[in-house]
Amino acid sequence: MSGIATPRARPVAGATAPARASEGGGARRLDPKYLPLAATVSLFAAMALLGSLRYDGFFSAQVFLNLLIDNAFLVVVAVGMTFVILTGGIDLSVGSVVALTTMVSAALVERHGWSPLATIPLVLAMGGVFGAAMGFLIERFRLQPFIVTLAGMFLARGLCYLISIDSISITSEAYAGLAQLRIPVGGGAALSLGAVIALGVLLLAVFVAHGTPFGRAVYAIGGSETSARLMGLPVRRTLIGVYALSGLCSALAGVLFTFYMLSGYGLHAVGLELDAIAAVVIGGTLLSGGVGHVAGTLFGVLMLGVIQTLIAFDGSLSSWWTRIVVGALLFVFCLLQRFFAIGRRRR
Amino acid sequence: MPSSQPQRPEPVAPMSDPSSSSSSSSSSPSLVARALRHRLAWPLVTLLLLLAVNAAFNPSFLHVEWRDGHAYGSLIDILNRAAPLALVSLGMTLVVATRGIDISVGAVVAISAAVAAWMIGGATDGATSRFGLPLALGAALGVALLCGLWNGVLVAGAGMQPIIATLILMVAGRGIAQLVTDGQILTIYYPPFFFIGGGHLLGLPFSIFVVAGVFALLYLAATRSALGLFLQAVGINPTAARVAGIDARRLVVGAYAVCGLCAGLAGLLISSNVKSADGNNAGQLMELDAILAVTLGGTLLTGGRFSLVGSLIGALIIQTLTYAIYSLGVPPEINLVVKAAVVFAVMLLQSAEFRDALRVLAVRPTIGARR
Repeated sequence: MSGIATPRARPVAGATAPARASEGGGARRLDPKYLPLAATVSLFAAMALLGSLRYDGFFSAQVFLNLLIDNAFLVVVAVGMTFVILTGGIDLSVGSVVALTTMVSAALVERHGWSPLATIPLVLAMGGVFGAAMGFLIERFRLQPFIVTLAGMFLARGLCYLISIDSISITSEAYAGLAQLRIPVGGGAALSLGAVIALGVLLLAVFVAHGTPFGRAVYAIGGSETSARLMGLPVRRTLIGVYALSGLCSALAGVLFTFYMLSGYGLHAVGLELDAIAAVVIGGTLLSGGVGHVAGTLFGVLMLGVIQTLIAFDGSLSSWWTRIVVGALLFVFCLLQRFFAIGRRRR
Repeated sequence: MPSSQPQRPEPVAPMSDPSSSSSSSSSSPSLVARALRHRLAWPLVTLLLLLAVNAAFNPSFLHVEWRDGHAYGSLIDILNRAAPLALVSLGMTLVVATRGIDISVGAVVAISAAVAAWMIGGATDGATSRFGLPLALGAALGVALLCGLWNGVLVAGAGMQPIIATLILMVAGRGIAQLVTDGQILTIYYPPFFFIGGGHLLGLPFSIFVVAGVFALLYLAATRSALGLFLQAVGINPTAARVAGIDARRLVVGAYAVCGLCAGLAGLLISSNVKSADGNNAGQLMELDAILAVTLGGTLLTGGRFSLVGSLIGALIIQTLTYAIYSLGVPPEINLVVKAAVVFAVMLLQSAEFRDALRVLAVRPTIGARR
């Protein structure tokens, strides 16, 4: 509804933003489109400060690095989701693709004796193809992303159960070794391999979003698909590419999740798509597409992580408070986005 | 919306289809062709086909027998088990008609079940309830109605995208349900409550009557008053509807409120049937099944024309499919894959682009066959 109501083309890339800000009202202040991101970063800092003041042992490098280690797979999934949402779409299949990846990896490594070196590229390719197929359906037949990826979610979970109903634990030493690997970052703190990969993916994604023709096309499509088409941008290729990228990211997250859990199970990562969407929204990306930052998504994920850590440190609050707080945060950020959208239309 | 023209729903009568004059011989349509053009034809054919498959593999499938004053049989069983999904699908139909979607229904089912179970309390003597039964049911439905109103206000008042507005309650709702049940599965020992989801009236399960009642109310409101027309108008073109003087906001809020209420009622049926309330798992994936039922019933997700009867048929299709999968001895794990295949098939058939692509493929052989 709102996507149709705002046909104004938004700036294609972040590079054109300063020009627009100066044309806006004379006084040089923060461009309103950075406000949600600024709000997220300051809220994250405030929550971290609150935790450090209230709980002993909260303010340590390892606690903050653990945020990254425990949410490495979520960072990767949310980065892929950011691209999809930037084009104005949505991908509900990410959680089940993660589960399918853990399942296929576990089955190949444990039951067929494959080496991780062969398994990992295969599952990554599988995720990419799965996403590309959904992107093709969405683009070619003008189907709603919501429904297509919903069917993809059913399909991927169903395929998990076709492999096995029970959890398959991974005893391969290569996997266990990779899972145990810790990379010291100084001061006695260390990062896991998964966290390092997640940070690498994030940096790569920032470059792709802001420094390549593909990223430019993604923002343009989110602003207005018709305009992007008229400008001669490769809309079809970009849309399919975005879903393929999300599938690939989900598969990579599945690999990281396999390291983290050392098992394959059809019920792994249930509801992960909700967490990823929440992280993207909290990270300041507009759900109507075209506006947002990949880097903001990192803070969205860290925010979810810090809420969980705070609740765990408190001890008196039950785990379901996490969901309620995340829901409330989503509510506040969606309202903020609405106000910015209305404000932009008035100017 | 790239091209709005071929996106129109299938016409009810063959005369009103000007676009496909070349592909079909509309000069003398036979009765079968006419019937197949009806919007409910394909959902009904699907349902009958599934029933036939069931009957073919299980000879006693269509047999309904009268025992101890109750009707027993697979058909009755399917009707009974489809009841919660049918209720949720009815509410979802109204929301979809306004171009919306409500993905929080599963969470609302859990909240309503949790509130009812808490209000009745866990007294094991089986005779006492913490509050009176009417109060407990009223509170559960009231909370569900509030949830629906909340969604409606976010969509119509704050102007959020429906998926996102209801995502908030979907995330928070399960937390709220677990808050009410304190993270436990609340068991209910109060027999009068079991009647709603497990009792019999006139030999038939009571849940069938609940669905019939809700359906009759909604159907009358949609066909005997202008409400149905208004809903379609808002779904087809919100701006035009507003210009024509329809209070679109109030209508949308109302649609979400009814959807919440239906989900609450479904929560009561489920918790009464299993005699417990599980904040974490009650109504899990219900939103997806309900959307599937609505789509199967021929209501387009792009809003506008809707069919309450179609959604009922859609819910029955899903339940019959589940029954078939179980009774054919196929591993139940395949259920999800089959459902995925059904969703893919249905949405491709609903896509005008896909039908055009098919037509291009299909026309050539037809010309060749005619010589």
